[in-house]
Amino acid sequence: MPHTTDVVVVGAGPAGLAAAVTAAEAGLGVALVDTAAQPGGQYWRHYDPAHARPGDHVGHHGWRVFTGLRDRLDALRADGRVRHLPGRQVWLVTREPEGTFTLRTTATVTAAPEGQPDDAERTLSARALVLCPGGYDRQLPVPGWDLPGVLTAGGVQALLKGHRTPAGRRAVVAGTGPFLLPVATGLARAGVTVAAVVEANGTLGWLRDPVGATSAPGKGIEALGYAALMARHRVPYRTRTVVREVLGADRVEAVRVARVDRDGRPTGPEEEIAADLVAFGWGFTPSLELPLMLGVDTAVDTDGSLVVTVDDVQRSSVEGVYVAGEATGVGGAALAVHEGRLAALALAAARGRPADPATIRRLARAVRRGRRFATAMHRTYPVPAAWPEWLSEPTLVCRCEEVSYGDLRRAHDDLGAEDARTLKMLARPGMGWCQGRVCGFATAGIAACLRGRGSTPEDLRPLATRSLAVPVPLGELAALTEDTTPVGATDTTLEEGGPNGE
Amino acid sequence: MTHRMTFRGVPVPAEPGQSVAAALIAAGIPAWRTTRRGGRPRGVFCGIGICFDCLITVDGVPDQRACLVAAADGMRLGDDGAGLDGTATGAGHDAARDREDSDAAHD
Ligand SMILES: Cc1cc2nc3c(=O)[nH]c(=O)nc-3n(C[C@H](O)[C@H](O)[C@H](O)COP(=O)(O)OP(=O)(O)OC[C@H]3O[C@@H](n4cnc5c(N)ncnc54)[C@H](O)[C@@H]3O)c2cc1C
Ligand code: FES
Repeated sequence: MPHTTDVVVVGAGPAGLAAAVTAAEAGLGVALVDTAAQPGGQYWRHYDPAHARPGDHVGHHGWRVFTGLRDRLDALRADGRVRHLPGRQVWLVTREPEGTFTLRTTATVTAAPEGQPDDAERTLSARALVLCPGGYDRQLPVPGWDLPGVLTAGGVQALLKGHRTPAGRRAVVAGTGPFLLPVATGLARAGVTVAAVVEANGTLGWLRDPVGATSAPGKGIEALGYAALMARHRVPYRTRTVVREVLGADRVEAVRVARVDRDGRPTGPEEEIAADLVAFGWGFTPSLELPLMLGVDTAVDTDGSLVVTVDDVQRSSVEGVYVAGEATGVGGAALAVHEGRLAALALAAARGRPADPATIRRLARAVRRGRRFATAMHRTYPVPAAWPEWLSEPTLVCRCEEVSYGDLRRAHDDLGAEDARTLKMLARPGMGWCQGRVCGFATAGIAACLRGRGSTPEDLRPLATRSLAVPVPLGELAALTEDTTPVGATDTTLEEGGPNGE
Repeated sequence: MTHRMTFRGVPVPAEPGQSVAAALIAAGIPAWRTTRRGGRPRGVFCGIGICFDCLITVDGVPDQRACLVAAADGMRLGDDGAGLDGTATGAGHDAARDREDSDAAHD
């Protein structure tokens, strides 16, 4: 059995990095696991430092906060106070009867040249967890969204920040929310023509939102900066407009846009805009596979996403499991840092380590303020209620299994699928490689819409639950000993792929 | 020093530190597999390892996420290779079925 650490932090984004550093400095033994080779998560994604160039961090907000955390991590690592396991993903987490946690990890990239870690690193054991798995772009299907050249807005940003690669030459950035702005300005700065930013909602209204302004004053300045950059690069910003269809034969050639009303129903004439890149972003979806494996309580947030419910110091409903960052509600990097620190200090205090109560109170206040701001943002940039009306019968909903909107309608109309779980069983959306990460929110919304009601946690949960957090080589699955394997995990996996996937 | 890779025999350069997906996009290759049912071309979608649209065979190892694999000198991309190991997704899905489509030629 591996050595049991005080705490395993999953995720080295803003939340996890802050949590790991804070917990270790408070005297806890820490292991930090993250999918990526570099710490930083999505927000501080950066080019491989071994090949860095001076201009790499232009436009990177809070870069000094990151380098501060990274330097502290390096020092703690050198002292043996943090064990950092980059390039590894946790695919299974279980709670043992005596209250400790077991985490199974696998290499993110099987073809990686480095050797495999020893078994002790594959399996981690901890007395407590701080889960900071972040999230990914939320997507809404639209005709043609499966064409090459259509990317998530975050993916476009990741290619720019992490790989210095603009994903096209002439871009349309579309969806909703303030995140469209850094994507558009990042592209423009890289020399891409941004033909339009297509925003489904009203205006840059949050600049004037009283709650938003007082909750996060720095955000207003950040937004003004983007507005200025958009003007300098002459990027047209179209509000109350959506992409109705992406056009092209084998790759993106243009988009068809239309003006919409408050609910997203088309009102005006349609227009074509030529582009070879479309970046779609409808906010973010928290990554809940690990928390759900442990059975934590969840709720639907203001933005319609399923999130983990936590108390005022980031404790989930499961003893010993703290959750911080996007998984508790999408709210941006600054809030994620506060939450990570708060979780770590609360855990340290619970373990009898010195943790200044005044600091804990101050962080809890900052988190409450950040949440208020996030709620104001979610209200300003909702997913338009009528979005399922944009779909046509052949529009793909599930990209992996190639399930169309028509397939879902037939499962509902002819086969009587009345909820998301049954739709998933009968029509197979969310049953492919990505396990519903991409189509989960949309499928839940369609299920609700077909019944003429709003989405509930019961629609979202079956599409957010995964028996394995990531696909794993069968060899690693087979190495699981029976006594630590939850029933659900083996039932659905071992039987369906023999050693060669037969 | 620029890395030299090949995609189905065609030279593809890469800057050290770039991912395989970034190098393919920069080389004007937006798609490198076709889907199982519709035979539709696919390349990068999420860019961060979530969607599995970007699967590619790297040096004979199938089903690698091109957006996560770092480019390296001499890498052979997209050549059909025998599966070394099965992969279970845990989603009621048979990985072997995708093996065919992940490496199907995209012309
Ligand atoms: C692609 C993308 C790009 C973004 N770019 C920006 C941007 O430019 N500007 C901006 O303001 N906001 C951006 N965001 C929003 C941003 O995610 C948040 O504001 C912020 O990064 C949240 O911090 P976090 O610590 O909660 O999560 P993240 O930063 O997402 O970090 C979570 C980390 O956990 C890891 N992880 C998840 N599951 C596992 C597992 N099972 N095993 C091991 N590791 C795991 C992930 O790989 C990731 O490194 C982006 C989001 C996405 C998805
Ligand atoms: S592009 Fe989504 S996994 Fe690589």
